[in-house]
Amino acid sequence: MLTRKLATAALGIAVAAGAIGAAEAQGGQFIPVLSYRTGPYAPNGAPFANGYVDYFQLVNERDGGVNGVKFIVEECETAYKTDRGVECYDRLKNKHGGATVISPWSTGTTYALIEKATVDKIPILSMGYGRTSAADGRIFPYVFNFPSTYWSQATAVIQYIANEMGGTDKLKGQRFAFIYLDHPYGREPIPTFDILAEKFGFTYDKYPVPPATMTEQKSIWLQIRRTNPTYAIMWGWGAMNSTAVKEAANIRFDMSRFIGNWWSAAEPDVLPAGEGAIGYKGATFNGAGTGYKVYETMDGVSGLKGGDTMGTVLYNRGLVNAAYIVEAVRLAQEKYGKGQRVSGEQVRWALENLDLSADDVEKLGLTGLLPPTKVTCLNHEGDSPAILIQQWNGSAWEIKTDWIPAMTEVVRPLIESDAAQYAKENNITPRSCS
Amino acid sequence: MFYREAGQFKTSYAADQAVLTIPLDRAFIYALVAFAIIGVPLLASEYLIASILIPVLILSIAALGLNILTGYCGQLSLGTGAFMAAGAYMAYKIATNITWMPIWLVVLGAGLCAAAIGVAFGLPSLRIKGFYLAVATLAAQFFLLWLFVKVPWFVNNSISGVPTAPPRSVLGFDVTGATATNEAKYLFVLAFVIVLAWITRNLTRSRIGRSWMAIRDMDIAAELIGIRPLQAKLSAFAISSFYCGVAGALWAMCYINTVEPTAFDINRSFQVLFMVIIGGLGSVLGSFLGAAFIFLLPILLNGAPGWFGYAVAGDIITHIEFMLFGVLIIFFLIVEPHGLARLWQIAKEKLRLWPFPY
Repeated sequence: MLTRKLATAALGIAVAAGAIGAAEAQGGQFIPVLSYRTGPYAPNGAPFANGYVDYFQLVNERDGGVNGVKFIVEECETAYKTDRGVECYDRLKNKHGGATVISPWSTGTTYALIEKATVDKIPILSMGYGRTSAADGRIFPYVFNFPSTYWSQATAVIQYIANEMGGTDKLKGQRFAFIYLDHPYGREPIPTFDILAEKFGFTYDKYPVPPATMTEQKSIWLQIRRTNPTYAIMWGWGAMNSTAVKEAANIRFDMSRFIGNWWSAAEPDVLPAGEGAIGYKGATFNGAGTGYKVYETMDGVSGLKGGDTMGTVLYNRGLVNAAYIVEAVRLAQEKYGKGQRVSGEQVRWALENLDLSADDVEKLGLTGLLPPTKVTCLNHEGDSPAILIQQWNGSAWEIKTDWIPAMTEVVRPLIESDAAQYAKENNITPRSCS
Repeated sequence: MFYREAGQFKTSYAADQAVLTIPLDRAFIYALVAFAIIGVPLLASEYLIASILIPVLILSIAALGLNILTGYCGQLSLGTGAFMAAGAYMAYKIATNITWMPIWLVVLGAGLCAAAIGVAFGLPSLRIKGFYLAVATLAAQFFLLWLFVKVPWFVNNSISGVPTAPPRSVLGFDVTGATATNEAKYLFVLAFVIVLAWITRNLTRSRIGRSWMAIRDMDIAAELIGIRPLQAKLSAFAISSFYCGVAGALWAMCYINTVEPTAFDINRSFQVLFMVIIGGLGSVLGSFLGAAFIFLLPILLNGAPGWFGYAVAGDIITHIEFMLFGVLIIFFLIVEPHGLARLWQIAKEKLRLWPFPY
């Protein structure tokens, strides 16, 4: 009995000693990764995380980092849960000299981290997700959501539908269906749709899909079959997407009238539905496939995790996410000292002054993947939010349209009013951007 | 022989009725509370306070609440998450609309709102029992979350629908919002934990606590000896929901900083139920041990390979974490079905007898 107790005590001490003795590597630009490779969102989370970490690996191996400063990447598994995301953030933020920039990859986690990261002076790059009103840089100095927000995306999707139907006046009297994940993420575009519905005279039915039962959508699709909407729009994520595409195919919904947002249109979403998914459309801002210059430079680079996921929509988007950060670090180094480690605060400045022209993107070999982006102090969404519409042809995603600009004249006042409400509730005085 | 009770005589009724009758126990608890108040904020790291202690303490309050209902009164509930959500949303609503109200009063007010809702959903418990009651409380879980998401009034018609905890302070120290230090938040939460735990301990030894236990052990017999089931069951629902409401308000205000419905989904209800079962039904200490065990074990398992210098892929760690977590729960239930609180009790008895166990 006594020996067993002693053994337990010894084990306890060993665990404690191990915790204290953990090696702390120094130097380098630290990138914490809040990935989710498990749980119901893993089919989307894993390729995205692969692309993200691979780009840093590529920059480290191919270029030796940014002016010699290498990136240190560490993952923490969140399973897309907000509280685990917050825990992971706290666990990683001070490691390796402090986090450079955080990409939460979850709208719920982004919301929870906005205040924390602002106090910690770590910029948040919630690329095309998160709190839309954070585009108002006067009130959210540390949060960036370029190249486009959910609200902009929602207006651009409606614009696309109008283009297909022959003008915005044709929207009058139409009935749409909006299928969304019942989560902060899925509810985000609803206020925009409400305003657009009023403006253009269409109606839409809301079909929330609870996260706990997102693979059971039979009843939703039976209702959609009965109401027979002109278009169905989806804000889904994880296993919800593939279920919706399958169910839509089951009720023989015209797939070319079913449009997902850019988190609802990747390979894992359409492959399970097989032939039925052909014709399904989705928004995007990056191309799919491996036919880009950056892939040529990836040959022979060791330690890449991509594997089968290389060239998929979300893997490519992970590359884009990382590329924005690498370019921001490069810009920060130009201002604050080349070849030196830059702090979160300095990267924040760089993100705010990021100006990637088409030529710059071409030099990076990312043309077609990364849209040219210009961020300003006032506008953290980038100055030209726009989307592409892609369509699944049974084996690959094909881009079908040119850039469809968002209706910024609708979105910007909404952003400013929501940001102003936030500022009022939280006693924030907006900084001046002039 | 670490301690013994021989020779400790109680010479007054007050001494006999004290919460902690054994001097060593008392000294230990006083020392622990003093350490939690003074030592932890000085010594513990930011990560330990912000990501470990605060959520564990908040979940302990929720576990205390459920323990009152399930452990003491014997009414199985799966609505804990919903009552926490009620507390969180009402705390936000009160804090932003009655701005002069001190935040501790806001949290208590949120608890009272949750208590009122709890009573409403506790009414069926007068007619239905056991698993059927669990299903009835499940209705609360789904209905309330749906309601908070559906009606924009609860979030002040905010466009985004995910309101942020407004900054408020106690005694000049910010305890919510971005500017609050972790230590201030921790002490704020700790104050609630200490007071509520003390109240629970006393409640369960009082007339009302005994009536709960009588109802739990056999409701017909309890009714026959003069305990009114209406009062007993509904008071258990009210007090339990109050605790859950306070926990939900603190979770939103002091931990994740936003009022987010997914934080209070059905999984949260199950999580708190597991805490109560693993910790020990009908035990105050068990609520704390259960909360710590269920919340910390996954984080420990997740971080363990890193501390020993092994780089294991995140997804593999998480899968191992799930497996080990399941195995450990089964192990504990087999070895000690009465929960961690019973293990602690056994340990104390063994310490009394050491080194001559019989």
